[in-house]
Amino acid sequence: MLRFLVRRTLGALVILLFISAFTYFLFFAIPHDPALLSCGKNCTPDNIALIHRNLGLDEPIPVQYFHYMVGIFAGRHFSVGDCSAPCFGYSFANSDPVWPTILNRFPLTLSLAAGGIVVFLLVGLGAGMLAAWRRGTFIDKFFSSVSLVLSSMQIYFVGPIVLALLVYNNQIMDQPKYVPISEDPVGWFSGLLIPWCVLSIIFTAGYTRMSRSTMIDQLQEEHVRTARAKGMSSRYVFFRYAWRGSLIPIVTMLGLDIGTLLGGAMITEFTFSLAGIGRLAVDSVLRTDLPMLMGVMLFSAALIVLFNIIVDAAYAFIDPRVRLS
Amino acid sequence: MTTMTKTEGEPALPGSDPFLSVRDLHVRFSTEDGIVKAVDGLSFDLERGKTLGIVGESGSGKSVTNLTVLGLHNPMSTTVTGEILLDGQELTGASNRTLEKLRGNKMAMIFQDPLTALSPYYTVGRQIAEPFMKHTGASKREGRAKAIEMLEKVGIPQPKTRVDDYPHQFSGGMRQRAMIAMSLICNPDLLIADEPTTALDVTVQAQILDLLKDLQQEFGSAIILITHDLGVVSKIADDLLVMYAGRAVERGSVREVIKSPQHPYTWGLLSSMPRLSSDVNEPLSPIPGTPPSLLNPPTGCAFHPRCEFLDLVGGTRCATDRPDLPAGRGSACHLTAEQKQSVFIEKIQPRLG
Repeated sequence: MLRFLVRRTLGALVILLFISAFTYFLFFAIPHDPALLSCGKNCTPDNIALIHRNLGLDEPIPVQYFHYMVGIFAGRHFSVGDCSAPCFGYSFANSDPVWPTILNRFPLTLSLAAGGIVVFLLVGLGAGMLAAWRRGTFIDKFFSSVSLVLSSMQIYFVGPIVLALLVYNNQIMDQPKYVPISEDPVGWFSGLLIPWCVLSIIFTAGYTRMSRSTMIDQLQEEHVRTARAKGMSSRYVFFRYAWRGSLIPIVTMLGLDIGTLLGGAMITEFTFSLAGIGRLAVDSVLRTDLPMLMGVMLFSAALIVLFNIIVDAAYAFIDPRVRLS
Repeated sequence: MTTMTKTEGEPALPGSDPFLSVRDLHVRFSTEDGIVKAVDGLSFDLERGKTLGIVGESGSGKSVTNLTVLGLHNPMSTTVTGEILLDGQELTGASNRTLEKLRGNKMAMIFQDPLTALSPYYTVGRQIAEPFMKHTGASKREGRAKAIEMLEKVGIPQPKTRVDDYPHQFSGGMRQRAMIAMSLICNPDLLIADEPTTALDVTVQAQILDLLKDLQQEFGSAIILITHDLGVVSKIADDLLVMYAGRAVERGSVREVIKSPQHPYTWGLLSSMPRLSSDVNEPLSPIPGTPPSLLNPPTGCAFHPRCEFLDLVGGTRCATDRPDLPAGRGSACHLTAEQKQSVFIEKIQPRLG
């Protein structure tokens, strides 16, 4: 297990290195000078050159990239002051330090994703397992058709409709907002409830169909029949034997969806006017704000890589056959 | 040969009931293509401590019969009629709850492939102990101790450490031993072994059969041994039932059926067995044709399209008139007793070498 983790961590660092280099060099392909952003109305070539020097943009790109990468691990010294490791620099747009900004925005995105995962796992797996349990009945057909309809929905379509119905027209709920859970757990929950439900709509359907079909497969496994032949109750057989076997595909799917969820965060955040990492990413691209863009990219990529390692490690806990090999 | 001497359908005297009695069992599956008559009017008896071998080709209904005894068929698509009496208790219409109490407790089953029949996710010990804990209300610790005891009984070395292994850490033979330990942990009166040795090496097969025999003496269980291997049956069974297309075509003691078989299908089964003593150049004689579709079984005797001896009966009798299996020793065939004997001695015995 330890060897596995070490190997995967090293692999992850290589991936992140590639992503950082790719993003950094690609940024300079944008035909737009970031210096114009802070130059203002009376922009002279001298001013631009000055800003270039201040931002370090006068150096060759590989050298800039090298300084940037060293700064992440060792900190950096700027004319405005010291930036301790991990130093991702200062925003070109508003001179905010990148790393604290990301840490400040991240709890919202994390709350959004975590709550969404809880909702779509509960609803999706619940409906799928119920459909498998009552296979061929009305319940099964109902869930199967509902999930088909829901899987063709989009957040930016369902979101505004839900907002219109529950918030603007009928005032049943408040406008979604983010309150840190440490300050007000109830406000955190009620503020994010609508985004969670809307976000989970597009994912729920996949889990319903996936868990239904894997449960049906599992229920036909021979070891499930053996468990029944031992006199174990249907419920025990269903939850202990069949359910255990369907965890692997579900965990695999979840690992893939975590990436989608972070990528999709920007859509959710825009739909519900919330300011998280997704919004930060879009803003930094629009403002050609290299340090912020790099920070968000590396942070998200690291998260996705991390979750993939967690998923792979989870296989070993689920299936003892993976544990030894 | 006490089990086979009873007349079919004859009301048994109280107190002398066989332990397991199957009467006129019909099992039908509805499929998209139509109704499959998997078992079509099967009757047999089995007494405590005896072993009944059921042989037949794939699809002859042997496994289905026994899954039905345990109530493991899919109730949505299967219709079961007839009687299954286990120790006087009717099982065909029994509730799931009743069957759950009997399964693993009074009747247990060993499956063909112990690799797929054991769950890969739980330790062998846990899987063995589960029925014990369920049926006796024993604690986890007692269950584990009992599992170790059973593993020792079935000859697993170092049972105290192997009990925490997962099935994939066991060899094929050990898995089947573990499966046997699991099925015998509640000391069942009826043990159904569905091709218990088919997936195993020949050397391991003999060990498993010996083990089953020994344990039967210790536990006194009645065993139904389903197989297509007559060699296996002759080793441990007392009585033999030959099935074809969902019906019993011949029955008798193992000795009778193997030494003087009466049904052309049994002849075919015996002739198609390879023998070590025969000449290498001598071809095997398989039964011609293929097993019939149970969606649309042949009229009359289901075996008639593949039978070599149709002409001896003459006319179209075999194709129109379904022969009955007489009570006790006998076969469901229109050939007369003399014909059966002379054909067997003149044509079949030379093939058997």
